[in-house]
Amino acid sequence: MPDTSALLLDEVAIFQGPHPLVEVNARIAPGDVLTLMGPSGVGKSTLLAQVAGFLSPAFTAHGRIRLGDEDLTRLAPEHRRLGLLFQDPLLFPHLSVAGNLAFGLPAGGRRRARRGRVEAALHDIGLSGFADRDPATLSGGQQARVALMRVLLAEPRAMLLDEPFAKLDAARRDEMRRLVFARIRARGLPTLMVTHDREDAEAAGGRVIELTTSTG
Amino acid sequence: MTAFERTIRGFPHLTLWLLILPVAAGLAGVVAPAFGWLPALGGEALTLSPWRDLWQAPGLVDMLRLSLVTGLASSLVALVIVVLFLGAFLDTRPFHLVRRLLSPLLAVPHAAAAIGLAFLLAPSGLASRLASPWASGWTQPPDYLFPGDPGGGALIAGLVLKEVPFLLLMSLAALPQCRAEERLRVARSLGYGRLNAFLRAVLPGLYPLIRLPIYAVIAFASSTVEVAIILGPSTPPTLAVAAMRWLNDPDLALRFQASAAALTQLALTALALAIWWLAERLVARMAAGWLVNGRRADLERCGRGLAAGLTGFAILLLGASLVGLVLWSLAAWWPFPAAWPSPMTLDAWREAAEAGLTPLGHTASLGLAAVALSLVLTIGCLEAETQRRRTLRPGAQLILYLPLMVPPVAFLYGLVQWQTQLGLSPGWPAAALGHGLFVLPYVFLSLAESYRRLDPRWGQVAAALGASRARVFWRVRLPMLTAPIAVAAAVGFAVSIGQYLPTLLLGGGRLATLTTEAVSLASGGDRRLTAVYALSQMALPALGFMLAAGLPRLLWHHRHASSH
Repeated sequence: MPDTSALLLDEVAIFQGPHPLVEVNARIAPGDVLTLMGPSGVGKSTLLAQVAGFLSPAFTAHGRIRLGDEDLTRLAPEHRRLGLLFQDPLLFPHLSVAGNLAFGLPAGGRRRARRGRVEAALHDIGLSGFADRDPATLSGGQQARVALMRVLLAEPRAMLLDEPFAKLDAARRDEMRRLVFARIRARGLPTLMVTHDREDAEAAGGRVIELTTSTG
Repeated sequence: MTAFERTIRGFPHLTLWLLILPVAAGLAGVVAPAFGWLPALGGEALTLSPWRDLWQAPGLVDMLRLSLVTGLASSLVALVIVVLFLGAFLDTRPFHLVRRLLSPLLAVPHAAAAIGLAFLLAPSGLASRLASPWASGWTQPPDYLFPGDPGGGALIAGLVLKEVPFLLLMSLAALPQCRAEERLRVARSLGYGRLNAFLRAVLPGLYPLIRLPIYAVIAFASSTVEVAIILGPSTPPTLAVAAMRWLNDPDLALRFQASAAALTQLALTALALAIWWLAERLVARMAAGWLVNGRRADLERCGRGLAAGLTGFAILLLGASLVGLVLWSLAAWWPFPAAWPSPMTLDAWREAAEAGLTPLGHTASLGLAAVALSLVLTIGCLEAETQRRRTLRPGAQLILYLPLMVPPVAFLYGLVQWQTQLGLSPGWPAAALGHGLFVLPYVFLSLAESYRRLDPRWGQVAAALGASRARVFWRVRLPMLTAPIAVAAAVGFAVSIGQYLPTLLLGGGRLATLTTEAVSLASGGDRRLTAVYALSQMALPALGFMLAAGLPRLLWHHRHASSH
């Protein structure tokens, strides 16, 4: 197992104006998944945005976010090296499938070597031969797999999942859940997931924190 | 089908023809005289002599080069500034600040911005006064040529200053369409720096959406007359200015040569667009590998610093130009290198208040007429879209841009030839229609998004209550769209106020507006009066935007939800 550190949410709290929305205090060990569950509007996606570094100016946040000994709280999103998986695959329409994967690959290496790594990654997710396809021609499940692979190729140190299976149909959803959680465990990545689907939490098999709307 | 529905259905065709006809007729009207045929002036034989005269005109090659270089260079610099600014600041605090400054900046007419810049950077301008004599050692105005440097540097600077706000506004409207925010987040979460994320993940989606506005900028910059008169060199001037001089020459024979020059201008603008288009292909091809080479922070710091510097510099130039204009308008005696005129007086304003009433009246009446015409046509077209439940075809979209893509010098000359040939008297009605041609595209572009985005269920609710389509339009859709319609009107009014060529050519030179007066004063010597006219030229559109912001609040003050 690669050498990874735990993700720590040290009394992270989100406020909208003076009103507190959510507060979480947690340590996520390498390879573990922490699931935040709750109805929409409770602020779970906002909390995830804060961890990723994209908190909208409408909100304020307290607390520290750490990866092992490193404090991420004030770091720009691009320097946090956290893998973020959205509800939509958000493959870039101006790049081919291979281009999208190469976008995730770290710099360096000759063009041919990079191409080789992309081909191998495609093979890995059962999409050999899809390299030069326009991402718009892929099915929803195929796009989701490419999006996952794009994140993993960027060598993240932890994963953030924002309802990543919500838009897939039932059959694809199971398959995608197995794929995502297997990869996360294999790489020993501490993972924070927000969802409102209990089956997601069960598939993740980790701790679950239920968030409720605060009346304040 | 009711009378209302029949009327509405006719609007798209009517509008497109009103745009195509004058442009096509104008181009046709310039072709015949270019080959010697204009019976009204005694040209009744086809000949190539206008072309021979044109080729022999002194400095023709310099004119062509000047127009091409200034057109392309200013568009490129403006685009680079906009891209760097968006890349470095999208969704940050400075971004929202600049966004708020945008409408007033856009409202500044080309001529006023050019005059402000000329007064700021001229040898005896505010900039050299502020640096003299303590830093520069100048006790006399230094000896450099600005505006009017032979390389066209001043012209390029003036065009850039005016095109940046336009391109920025067009980009802001296009960003949500290409899901810019999400693209940026994905790229940044993959480790790309802000600027690199924008260039690699957002710009390839944004560029196709702002391509037409960019082409409009190139067409304008390569063929502008008023900015080139104020900031460009005079011997030789740009091609458009030369054509203009020949057309207005007392020697009527020069009109044939002017027609040939107008056609050449059309070809030159087409060439500029073709060069740009080729460069686009080339850049796209060369950048394809760069987009996916995985480097996260190429030139990130240096690019962001450059963006901050350029944006700050542009805002500083505009602000200082404004201050300079205000000071000049109040100056009685302002010897070099004093940074402050003393004493100050309102004499220039008094003088302008007496002489300027007629131009002010023409400016307002032309603007109001052009805006009224454009609003009726635009709303008619958009309502027809709503009724047919589909938007204009892409071809129609292109026709909307037609008056912005074809150099006005080319087709307006043709229209003047038709006036001459048919014996029509030039004047206010022709000028008002001419203004309408240039106002309509902006009014349409400004209103279309809001009109198309209005929730169709409002109309459906009203229809379910038994309202006819006409009633839904008058009582539901129009009132709900008061605010964007008022803004579109203000945009159109500002565009009309900035118009120079249509007023001058279609008005037969007898119709003075603030803009024509400002341009002709600028080439004279009276800086005080010029400053007053330039400032009034800015004040009128600003007034329009203030009214547009205040009107909906005044009308709907008792309705909380519609005042937002």
